[in-house]
Parts: sequence; C-alpha cells; structure tokens
Amino acid sequence: MLEFPKWKVWLVSLVVAAGVLLSIPSLIAGTPYASAWPKWLPHYKINLGLDLAGGSHLLLEADAQDALKQRLQAKEDEVATELRRDPRIDVGDISTAGGRLSFLVRDPTKVDAAVERMRRLSQPLQLTGNRDWDVQVVDSTRIVLTPTPAGTNQALKDAMGVARDVVRRRIDPGGTKEITVVTEGGNRILVEVPGVEDPEELKKLIGQTARLEFKLVDLSADPTQVQQGRAPPGSQVLPMADGSGFMAVKRRVMVSGDQLTSASQSFDSQTGAPDIQIKFNTAGARRFGRATQENVGKPFAIILDDKILSAPNINEPILGGNAQISGNFTVQSAHDLAVSLASGKLPVKLNVIEERTVSAELGQDSIHKGAIASIVSVLAVIVFMLVTYGRFGVYANIALVVNAFLILGIMAMFNATLTLPGIAGFILTIGAAVDANVLINERIREEIRRGRRLIDAVETGYHEAFRAIFDANVTHVISAAIMAYFGSGPVRGFAVVLMIGVVTSVFTAVYFTRMLVALWIRRTRPRELHI
Amino acid sequence: MKLLKLVPDHTNLDFMRWRNLALVLSLIATVASIAFTAYRGLNLGIDFIGGQVIRVEFQQPVKIDDLRTRVARLGVGEASIQALGNDRTYQVRLPKPEGPEAASNQVVSKLRAALPQAYPGARVDAGESVSGKVSEELAQDSAMAIGLAMLGIAIYIWFRFEWQFGVGALVTLAHDVAMTLGFFAFTRLQVDLNVVAAFLTIVGYSLNDTVVIYDRVRENLRKYRKMAILPLLNLSLNETLARTVVTSLTVLLALGILMLIGPQVIFGLAIAIFLGVLIGTYSSIYISVPMLVWLGVQPDSFLKTDEKDEAEPQTA
Repeated sequence: MLEFPKWKVWLVSLVVAAGVLLSIPSLIAGTPYASAWPKWLPHYKINLGLDLAGGSHLLLEADAQDALKQRLQAKEDEVATELRRDPRIDVGDISTAGGRLSFLVRDPTKVDAAVERMRRLSQPLQLTGNRDWDVQVVDSTRIVLTPTPAGTNQALKDAMGVARDVVRRRIDPGGTKEITVVTEGGNRILVEVPGVEDPEELKKLIGQTARLEFKLVDLSADPTQVQQGRAPPGSQVLPMADGSGFMAVKRRVMVSGDQLTSASQSFDSQTGAPDIQIKFNTAGARRFGRATQENVGKPFAIILDDKILSAPNINEPILGGNAQISGNFTVQSAHDLAVSLASGKLPVKLNVIEERTVSAELGQDSIHKGAIASIVSVLAVIVFMLVTYGRFGVYANIALVVNAFLILGIMAMFNATLTLPGIAGFILTIGAAVDANVLINERIREEIRRGRRLIDAVETGYHEAFRAIFDANVTHVISAAIMAYFGSGPVRGFAVVLMIGVVTSVFTAVYFTRMLVALWIRRTRPRELHI
Repeated sequence: MKLLKLVPDHTNLDFMRWRNLALVLSLIATVASIAFTAYRGLNLGIDFIGGQVIRVEFQQPVKIDDLRTRVARLGVGEASIQALGNDRTYQVRLPKPEGPEAASNQVVSKLRAALPQAYPGARVDAGESVSGKVSEELAQDSAMAIGLAMLGIAIYIWFRFEWQFGVGALVTLAHDVAMTLGFFAFTRLQVDLNVVAAFLTIVGYSLNDTVVIYDRVRENLRKYRKMAILPLLNLSLNETLARTVVTSLTVLLALGILMLIGPQVIFGLAIAIFLGVLIGTYSSIYISVPMLVWLGVQPDSFLKTDEKDEAEPQTA
C-alpha cells in the first residue's frame, strides 16, 4: 500500500497535468481569455454538437428509381454516339421501355459488328467477372442491353460517392465552412451544417438534380398529340417549367451540362432579367457549335431536370462555347441554379428523410443551463462527500475534479463532439466515480470495525472494493458499446462520453485516490483513521 | 469533525423476511405496468413515429387557442400544440404527412414562413422532421440496443458469477425497464431518442447496484460455507447497505438538480434516470437477491464451479 515509487507519482501527476492542459482550450473557447492561451500549448478543442451549437442536420436518401433512370439515359446517349461513329451503323429508334435499351439494326449484316461494339462499351466489374451491361440479340436484328444487378449496385455506389462531393460543393462552394458531408449505409448522405438555422436554402440547393440538356424542338410533331403526351418516334414530350403546357423535343441530346466549365448568375443584356451565363469546355463547345450551325433558324429547348426552361430560336451558330440560359428566374433562383450547374449534376436524386435544426440561441441556452446544472450538482456531491467521509471525502473530491478534466481533455484530444445527452453522460460518469469511492470508503470503515489495523484496513478496502468496481464498470462499457453501435447521433454522443468516463473514473477513483492516501499515510504516519 | 453516517454501524435488518411479499408485489406491479403500457400506449415522439415538430418563440404572449386556429388554417393536418414553460414559447407538432417522402418536410417549411407573418417577431427556434422510414429504423434500433444491452450484461454476469446470478440480473433488469415504461405511459411524458439513452443508463446503473450486492454474496458464500442461505443474504445486504444508501442519494442529488435547473431539452432523460435509480435500488435488494433463493443458490455453489467448471446446466 505504501510502496508508491516516485516515478509512479510523477507519471500520475503528468497524466493529470496533461488532462488539465488539454481541457483548458475547450473551456475558455469563445471567451476573451481564449486569445491569451499561449501558442506553444495544446490547442485541441471539443466540438459542440448541433443541438448545442445550433445548425442544421439533414439525412438524404438516394432515389433508387431515379438512379436507374439516369443511368439508362446516360447509356442511351453513349450507345447513340458510339453507333454514329465511323463506320456508322444505322439503327432504328432506341427504346428505353422496361428498364432496358433496345434497337433494331437496319442492315442485318452489321448485327455482329454492332454487338461487338456494344460489348466493348460495357465495363467488366472487379473480381466478379461479370460485366455491367448484358448484350443480347433478339429476333436476329434487335439488340437488347440489360443492366446487370452487380452493375447496378456498383453504379449506385459510384453515384453516392459523386453525389457526396456534389452536395459538398453546392453547400460550400468555397470549401471554407466546417460542414460534415458523409455517406451512410450505402444509399444515404448525412449533412451537418453548423450555424444554419433555416434549412430551406440547403434543401433547395440539394433538391435539384441540375441535369441540364440542350435538345432540338421537334417541329414535325402534331400539337394536339403532344398535349396528350404522344410524341413521334425519336422524340419525347416534356413539360414546360412554368406549367404552360408541353413540347415535343428530339430524344438526341445536342449537348449536356456535363460539358460545362463554369456557370454564373448574370443579367440579360436586353431585358435586364436575371439569367445564367454558362461556358462549355472544348468538346462541348465544338458539339454545341456544330449543332447550332446545322440548325440555324430552328428552335432548341433548354431542359433542366426533364422540364423545359425555354426554347429560343437559333439565330446564328454559337461557336465560342458561351451561352445564356433564360427562364423565369429571380436573382436568387438564378444564383442557386448557377451554383448547382457549376457543381455538376447529382448522379441521383436525393430525398430529405430526416431534418433537425436548432437555433444558436436555443443551443446557447442549453449549454448555459447545462453548465450551471452540472456545476451545482458537482458542488452538491462534493459537500455530501465531505461531510460523509472527511479526509477521504476530500481525496474523493479531488479525484472527481481531476476526472472531469481528464474526460474533457481526452474528448478534446480526439476532437470528440459534445451533445446534450453527452452532458447527461458526463454527470452519470461522475456518479459512477463517486460510487467507486463510496465502495472503497465504506469497505475501509467496515474493515476498521472488524478491528483491522489502519494500513491493513485501507489496503483491504481498496483490494476488496475493486472487484465490484471492475464488474460494474464492465457493465457500463457493454451498454455504452452497444449504444455507440446502434444509437444515432445524440445517443452516440452519450455513449462516447460514458466510455471515456469509465476509463478515467476507474483511474481517478481507484488509482489516483490510492496514491493520495498512500502519500498521506507515509507523510504523517497516522495512528487512527477518521472515516 | 463528526462525520455523517446515514446507516449506523451494525445495522441488521431482516430484509429476507419480506422477500415473498416483495416478489408478489413486484410481480403485480410489473404485470400492471406492462398491461397499462400496452393498453394506453406510450407518448412516442416523432423520432419513433415520424412527423414534424417546431419550437417557436414569440415576442409577445400568445394564447394557445389563437395559435391553434391559425395553424389549423394553414391546412397542415391536425397539430398538437403545447406551451413550453411560459406563454411565449410553444411546441407545434404535426403528424407525418401522407404521400411521398419528398413532401414530408414541406409542412415545416410552410410553418416557418407563415408564423412570423402572423406574429411579428416570432422565430422558429428548432425544427425537426423525421420520415416514416427513418422513425421505423430508429424505433427498431433502439429496442434492439436496449434488448442487447440487457442480454450482454446478463451474459457477463453469468461468466463472472453463476448462471443463477445471470438470470437474477436479467429478471431484475426486465423489472426495471417494465416499471420505467409504465411510468412513461402513466405520465404521458414524451419518449424520444434521449429517453432511450436514459433506459440504457438505467440498465447500466441498476446492474451496478446488483453487481455490488452479488459481489458481496459471492464473497460471503466463500467465506461462511456453513451459514444458511437466508442469513447469509441478509448479512450481505446489511454489509452493503451503507454504500447503497450513500451512492443512491448522491446520484439522486445530482440528477435532481439537473432535473430542476437543467435545460428543458433533457428533462425527460433526467427524470427517467432519476426514477430508474429509485427503482434500481429497490430491485437490487428485493428482486435480484430473492431470485437467488428461488433459483436455488447454495452455500457450496461456488465450490462446484472450481471442481467441475462448465458442467452447470445452462437453462434459463
């Protein structure tokens, strides 16, 4: 009991000092003292959860149906481009019915060549040996491309990665804010933006797929048929964005938003209405230039997410790769769309399935009340310990304060996030630490009653109490681990504090107090114990 | 300085004398609690059933009926409105809208826009919207977490002690959880994700108490091999009584303060743990220990382990 070598004392003191040093930056954050903290000391800080700091939390889920649709459309474009390349293979209209692509090869002798070129388009998937598209010939001249399940899965996975980056760029074009954007569970994205109290703006930015396409208007279509939703072969009917009816456009894409290099909000030079200035990359500019050259005098449709924004006439070939998109924009909506276009289209539509917002004021109020309540309850416990155990109560109290510093210090070191339930976890851990000391002290009292000598009683007290302390703490770890695994945000915050607290409270309540007691006994050699 | 001793030295209460009465009463209370919860249901928050909640703070006092009429006029479904402490802060809760997920949070947007128009200076402090899909997952995960935590802990106890102790701990936990559920059903306090954290804490805390007493029972079983089981259990309970009282009081003290002056957001969590501590203290004495008698723990129980180790029957 009394053997407590110097190096151990130093080591324990070092740990305690580190805990205090690490926790101070978090405690003085936001106060004038923060700037006075010396630069050469550690600057780790505890993050405040959104429930304390204020901000928006959104959980987005990929629309799997939409992902399939977008993939099919991209493939259609790819197939059409491939078949037009030299040597050109003439085919009938490409159908996308039933989630598959199919088309007739006009010249039966070219079926094999077409199949070969389609096979080359499909990608082998890693390890499995499967390809992402299955190519078959039906009725000797019809080629059918079916997406394989493995290919669809891979595509969704890739799409989620891209979607995450697009979401991040849209919310934070400058890349300067402390936002969290992470994929969760295969088809979800978690977005956390501190400081944003009104999530509407965020939802608008994320809600738009921003798939921009330019297609020629099909002037041969019968207007009454179009209003009924029927389009001639090779064309499709799309609604106007302002709800003013429908229009038939060619299925073939002149040029798409994938080939933009920039987009910004500007004003129309003639009408002064807000519009969007876009710039194509070299390939896009060439494609757009050629398409406009061939179709001077005809109208083309500017299509956003399958809705027609406007259908201006091509007055002259547009060769420089610059274009304006006009529509019924306000300055804000034009700006939002420009941001969305510049960040790229979302490869899959995202739905908001969970939303939580807390204002900074409410968060501040919670921190304030939580801090006061914590301090008052710790003070109450300290007084209670003092009147119950005297000197040993003082040791328990010192351990309690050290424990609080250690928890904060470790949380700061790991950059952990403190949430409201985390504060409750903090208080619970303090309770567990107190319990450990109560167990020890009651046991010492008991051993003294049984007539043991002082040192012997203290020794036995620590030894016998430790078994129960250990078992009790293991049960805490079990429930904390399960909480951390299954729980969502706030519950997890609770579990993290609890887990750190279990370790620190065993250290402070058992090891640290024991050192204090040993040092005291060695120094004063007391004859009797007042406990 | 005279130190405080809440439990006098040499206290010797005959706890086990009332064990059958206590078991019967506890059983009745547990069954009643489960039946009541099943009959009346819990006041589940949107975390578990989906829907939307916003918290609004007004500049001037607002009458609840006035607010209700205005919200009703928006046509956003049947809103339940609750004052939070004063007549300037309200919580408006809306049911989960029918239809596609995409529409689910448009209602909150509507309220966000409409309320400041009707009441100048009103501000929406917090808004939450949980879709049916997410809430189902949260409910499932939470139930699973509580169940697994109970099971995991019981298995640990079985490994550290004996199978009787593991079963005793599990029954004790089931009692505590059932009673706390009954309390929430009775008071209509809202059950949200924070309360799940509280349930897990209760599970952990109640076990803490049980473990301490079981530890002493194990120690005494080894020490006094000739002592009959009932006096031995009584002895163990009395020896740990001081600790039980001091610890429970300390934790109740801390939680009571948190409940009274802590942030309103964690009131549910604090009161659940507070209650759990009370229930847990009772059950560790009157359920976990009598269960040992009932399951036939004998003074030589721990001798057997040393000799034939894993050969114990493992039925529970």
